[in-house]
Amino acid sequence: MIAIIDYGMGNIHSVKKALELYGAKTKVSSNPQEISACQKIVLPGVGAFGDAMRELEKQGLVSLIREEVKNKKPFLGICLGMQLLFEKSEEAKNCKGLGIIKGDVKRFSDLNLKVPHMGWNQIKQRTEDRRLKTERCSLLKGMADNAFVYFCHSYYPEPENKNVVAATTEYGIDFASVVWQDNLYGVQFHPEKSQGVGLKMLENFVNLC
Amino acid sequence: MLTKRIIPCLDIQDGRVVKGVKFLGLKDAGDPVEVAKLYDAQAADELVFLDITASVQKRKTLVELVEKIAKNIFMPFTVGGGIADLTDIRNLLNAGAEKVSINTQAVKFPELISDAAKKFGSQCIVLAIDAKLVQKTEGRRQKTEDKKWEVYINGGRTPTGLDALEWASKGAESGAGEILLTSMDYDGTKDGYDLDLTNMICKAVSIPVIASGGAGKLEHFYDCFANTGADAALAASLFHYGVYTIKQVKKYLKEKGIPVRL
Repeated sequence: MIAIIDYGMGNIHSVKKALELYGAKTKVSSNPQEISACQKIVLPGVGAFGDAMRELEKQGLVSLIREEVKNKKPFLGICLGMQLLFEKSEEAKNCKGLGIIKGDVKRFSDLNLKVPHMGWNQIKQRTEDRRLKTERCSLLKGMADNAFVYFCHSYYPEPENKNVVAATTEYGIDFASVVWQDNLYGVQFHPEKSQGVGLKMLENFVNLC
Repeated sequence: MLTKRIIPCLDIQDGRVVKGVKFLGLKDAGDPVEVAKLYDAQAADELVFLDITASVQKRKTLVELVEKIAKNIFMPFTVGGGIADLTDIRNLLNAGAEKVSINTQAVKFPELISDAAKKFGSQCIVLAIDAKLVQKTEGRRQKTEDKKWEVYINGGRTPTGLDALEWASKGAESGAGEILLTSMDYDGTKDGYDLDLTNMICKAVSIPVIASGGAGKLEHFYDCFANTGADAALAASLFHYGVYTIKQVKKYLKEKGIPVRL
């Protein structure tokens, strides 16, 4: 059973349906006990960073998420759900994130860029560091390099430790579009809106052991 | 590299596609889900659904429709038409729309854009602008820099007195994340996009702009991307009548050096 955390922040239908395409049973829930009983967790999210953290706190989900990730339960954060994994965001200066991955979420600041970064862009898989040479990110299994996925965001994550970056995307800068540590995955784009390429990633998540 | 987007637009009335798709053997060309699946298969970059339903009562079915679409296609789509307040926006986003587009209500209550952007993030708030050239000197061609466009609302029926460039800038400052720009002068003409209007708006704002109105030939898409800062081009009948498939348009653009996703 895969838990999809429902905290009132945006669309869950597409992600639920996509996971079910690959045989997963899903549970849409904001209840910590129910979520904890599942074998995998997805944190979707569209909206503002501050509102989202307040919702998670209100539902008693902050400590649950930290605990489950610590216990290495497979976890996927999508878009805002990925940004929340970091320590803080320029979007909500007085609000702390989940702090599971060290680093900040920043706003695209190049004045020549249109913000939001909106549309189909490519993800370039990182292979250079030692870990990535011997071990590939399971989420990206079977994925062509430079595959196109759909982005729709004004902020991007900047992890302190570059070893957590599994793929980058170029938009003025090369930013981390896929992060990965142990069983924790975060994607800045929307796999549930990225047609075949995105569905493949969700299939990979379903098939994780 | 971020690619230019090609977007088919569907008009929805009482939960059905109107001015429907006239090609291929769809079981039901009036079913928005069927049509959406077709464009999904053609690798359209996004879809826009514009609800033109008149009665408020029947509008409620739109949320159910959006939910159904989101369960059947795995690509981004924008929903617009008759959005009145933050509750409407929340319902549509939670139902699975990637973005909502706001037109009339943004003119009547400009704070709707800023409130919505604060609440849901700029990335999902599209400001739709229907613009018409203000004819100054009758019969004589105006220079681009002298041209002015006026914003119309209520499906193009009501002039507002607002200058399109100023309105676009104000919308972007208020937090709109994208502008869906329709040229009322070019819409339906098949003469190509209004390059002057598109260019002026793109220069006025630093958010993405979708050009709309006038696509009739492959060259029109190229002209739009080569000569303006548009990020996306929208078309309706051209795709619905099967004059071109999305793939044909993209292949053509790629050959001409415009970055697209194929």
